Amino acid sequence: MPIETVETPTFECETGNYHTFCPISCVAWLYQKIEDSFFLVIGTKTCGYFPQNALGVMIFAEPRYAMAELEEGDISAKLNDHEELRRLCLQVRKDRNPSVIVWIGTCTTEIIKMDLEGIAPKLETEIGIPIVVARANGLDYAFTQGEDTVLAAVTHRCPEHRISSGKQCKTERKLLTDSPTRQTVSNYCKSGSNNHPPLVLSGSLPSTAASQPNLELKRQSIRVSGWLPAQRYTELPSLGEGVYVCGVNPFLSRTATTLMRRRRCELIGAPFPIGPDGTRAWIEKICSVLGVKPEGLEERENQVWNNLRDYLDLLREKSVSFMGDNLLEVSLSRFLIRCGMIVYEVGIPYMDERYQAGELALLRDTCSRMCVPMPRIVEKPDNYNQIQRMRELEPDLAIAGMAHANPPEARGINTKWSVEFTFAQIHGFTNAKDLLELVTRPLRRNDSLRNLGWTNLSV
Amino acid sequence: MKLAYWMYAGPAHIGTSRVASSSKNVHAVMHAPLGDDYFNVTRSMLERERDFTPVTASMVDRHVLARGSQERVINNITRKDKEQRPDLIVPTPTRTSSILQEDLQNLVDRASLSSNSDVILADVNHYRVNELEAADRTLEQIVRYYSNKARGQGTLNQCLTDKPSANIIGTFTSGSHNQHDCRELKRLLRDLGIGINRVIPEGGSVGDLRNLPKAWFNIVPYREVGLMTATYSEKEFGMPYVSVTPMGVVDTAEFIGQIQKHINTWAPTLLGRKVNYGSYIDNQTKFVSQAAWFSRSIDCQNLTGKKAVVSGDATHAASITKILAREMGIHVSRAGTYCKHDAEWFNEQLQGFRDEILITEDHTKVGDMIARTEPSAIFGTQMERHIGKRLAIPCGVIPAPVHIQNFTLGYRPFPGYEGTNQIADLVYNPFTLGMEDHLLDLLGGHDTKEVITESLSTDEDLTWNLESKLELNKIPGFVRGKIKRNTEKFARRKGITNITIDVPYAAKEALNA
Repeated sequence: MPIETVETPTFECETGNYHTFCPISCVAWLYQKIEDSFFLVIGTKTCGYFPQNALGVMIFAEPRYAMAELEEGDISAKLNDHEELRRLCLQVRKDRNPSVIVWIGTCTTEIIKMDLEGIAPKLETEIGIPIVVARANGLDYAFTQGEDTVLAAVTHRCPEHRISSGKQCKTERKLLTDSPTRQTVSNYCKSGSNNHPPLVLSGSLPSTAASQPNLELKRQSIRVSGWLPAQRYTELPSLGEGVYVCGVNPFLSRTATTLMRRRRCELIGAPFPIGPDGTRAWIEKICSVLGVKPEGLEERENQVWNNLRDYLDLLREKSVSFMGDNLLEVSLSRFLIRCGMIVYEVGIPYMDERYQAGELALLRDTCSRMCVPMPRIVEKPDNYNQIQRMRELEPDLAIAGMAHANPPEARGINTKWSVEFTFAQIHGFTNAKDLLELVTRPLRRNDSLRNLGWTNLSV
Repeated sequence: MKLAYWMYAGPAHIGTSRVASSSKNVHAVMHAPLGDDYFNVTRSMLERERDFTPVTASMVDRHVLARGSQERVINNITRKDKEQRPDLIVPTPTRTSSILQEDLQNLVDRASLSSNSDVILADVNHYRVNELEAADRTLEQIVRYYSNKARGQGTLNQCLTDKPSANIIGTFTSGSHNQHDCRELKRLLRDLGIGINRVIPEGGSVGDLRNLPKAWFNIVPYREVGLMTATYSEKEFGMPYVSVTPMGVVDTAEFIGQIQKHINTWAPTLLGRKVNYGSYIDNQTKFVSQAAWFSRSIDCQNLTGKKAVVSGDATHAASITKILAREMGIHVSRAGTYCKHDAEWFNEQLQGFRDEILITEDHTKVGDMIARTEPSAIFGTQMERHIGKRLAIPCGVIPAPVHIQNFTLGYRPFPGYEGTNQIADLVYNPFTLGMEDHLLDLLGGHDTKEVITESLSTDEDLTWNLESKLELNKIPGFVRGKIKRNTEKFARRKGITNITIDVPYAAKEALNA
């Protein structure tokens, strides 16, 4: 691929006055993903009212998520944090008997410096249930980064990887240096079907979406030995030296760091399996690291693109702007550029250039392949400025947070809620269609309304 | 600490933001961490607001923790001042920021020196008041500020209007049905020959508040927000107010009666005659509102003595309870509210209209109470609707808290004579209809035949292996059938007899499903 001609991405950084969801929103999907968990958000009424109101669903009245609502006595330290938390956790144990209680630290616990990490181990032995502490607060993180803090915390709870295959294999390998082929070694090492070191994938996907990467990798005869998180807390994968890990989502940089530094895993830095191009690149990277020759991927990718033709016709040469709120933006814009769109602006809350290096490289390649300039990547965007830019550029599609979705629509700009990308199944080959279904929905809808003469409805 | 699964009323800054975003050209600047601006989401989504919500955040992040807000709050205020030129900027502390104990007043004072807008720091204790109390306070604070300002400038307008007129206090954004309620109140007042002086805060501009005392009296339709402003005006300008909520036939009459009283204190001098609304009330009750006739009709007979439970904010829960008991002969087993600060009033209002009263903010207590009572219908908030769904008890939703479907597009007022019609429908619909009720009793149910097979035909030729069966079970129940059918259709077309785990996905890709 002609890489010479391509510019390096430029990153801008604005004021950070942007709208996004508070990272505690991760409990919304994590408590459903980890079936035997209980999420206790330790914060104020402000925190509690958010998921109930903005995520707008009554499921928050369901039992596996609750607030430990701080009162004035907690703030002024009139009450003892340890005692208070014990009281609530005992109640949770009595009512729900979860396998793990996840404490979500919030802005308030940060400011009053409540020592959650200190209290948790003590309480854990007192009540006999593991307590994981994640600081998913709005002082430090945005939206999906909440999941990152939880998974990074859960990483420490994964069992140590001590299976014979891993360690023994290394020693055996030394012993067998004289033996004829590498094939024998890998055959020797294999337990079950895998002829490669254990591979653990990180990122919370709904169970049906998670089986697809498993299946795709199985086609390349790569076995996924576990997911972080698993369906149940009690089924967390084992981690340690010799275990390879790979992320499926672009916002998991803390988790990746923890996996590498604290659990000594090998991180496979790949683009993310979003869109057929991303999925193929993701699988290829994993294959190359694990020493497997990928087969049939190109045909598979082409076949998926073929199936998407109708959608691509709608998108070709249309422009799109991402206001930025969930960190999926780079992957999505890379995919949309490959679909033939022109991306004006990629707003993103936080850009980890190392963790997203593979994705950024693929973005660059995609831009040169499609002969379009690199989009501007705006970190910590300023919504007010973005709206001014949007008025000027008039993109065919704006991908915006819920607070900024209806007002642009009223001004005649097609808008898609960015949160839907977080809650829909967008990973792997199979879901490429669903992803484009989302992207094209405002275009298709507004196409059908086009001739009614009420495009601009602002006062 | 308190274990809380659900909250009926939001935090204080929501109340302040609601007041600020209701007035024209007022901007709230929240001193808050990232993500606390979700009020914008609720306003944009629930109310389907076309305009950008005039609430922005001045971010509290690690730097603020380390060094204090310093210039940041000031910059954000002056920036808003330049960008949007509001009349008023309301810096709003949040629960998080109030622990920082920064001298926000000082920052605000400095910011107001360099901006053209007025700047008022919302004065609410975020740990002591909830959304509704905060809204009440903020509204009073703004009215007080502008009254004092006008008085200082000598522009305060205290001459009564020539014709009787009223202010409506307390309709505002995110108040479910507020817009419709306001329209109905205006219509009612117009019928009575009373002009509308001002509606605050919704749609009003703050500069105009100096004309507030021109009205003969104030109307506070909802107890939760507006009473403080009304009592302030009473003390300051000697303006009387009507705080009876005109919901239901009886209370609407009472409401009009009180208005008549207030008008008649001035009418002899200013109009040269007294007003009498007696015949208007009589006519409306009998012929415009259908509710009185409905109560009398045979249909409503079937509701006699049926058990109901009511739960909601103080205003609506009290009004609905009175309507059910007094106007429809329904037996209200329990009535409750989460407005703890108004418990005394609530208790007093409902003397004789219910068996028990439950004042709690804990929805599990409400749920348990409903389960114990086993009423025929519930009238409550979205939370009670949810409880009702679990217990298979129908629920009519009254505000608040409510969800998007209670921000109706159609005209659905609660107060006034049209309101009585709407409420009658709301009450009647959840109950099983009379004749159906009898037949169900008599015959023992709609569908008495056992269902033998789940699908209409069986397929012997296809087998799902264990793994793919498990996979199928992961799919949410409501689409599982469709996925199964599509997969089998695909399998047959491809001549696959043994369905392995990749077949459903291959089918999904192939069939556009």
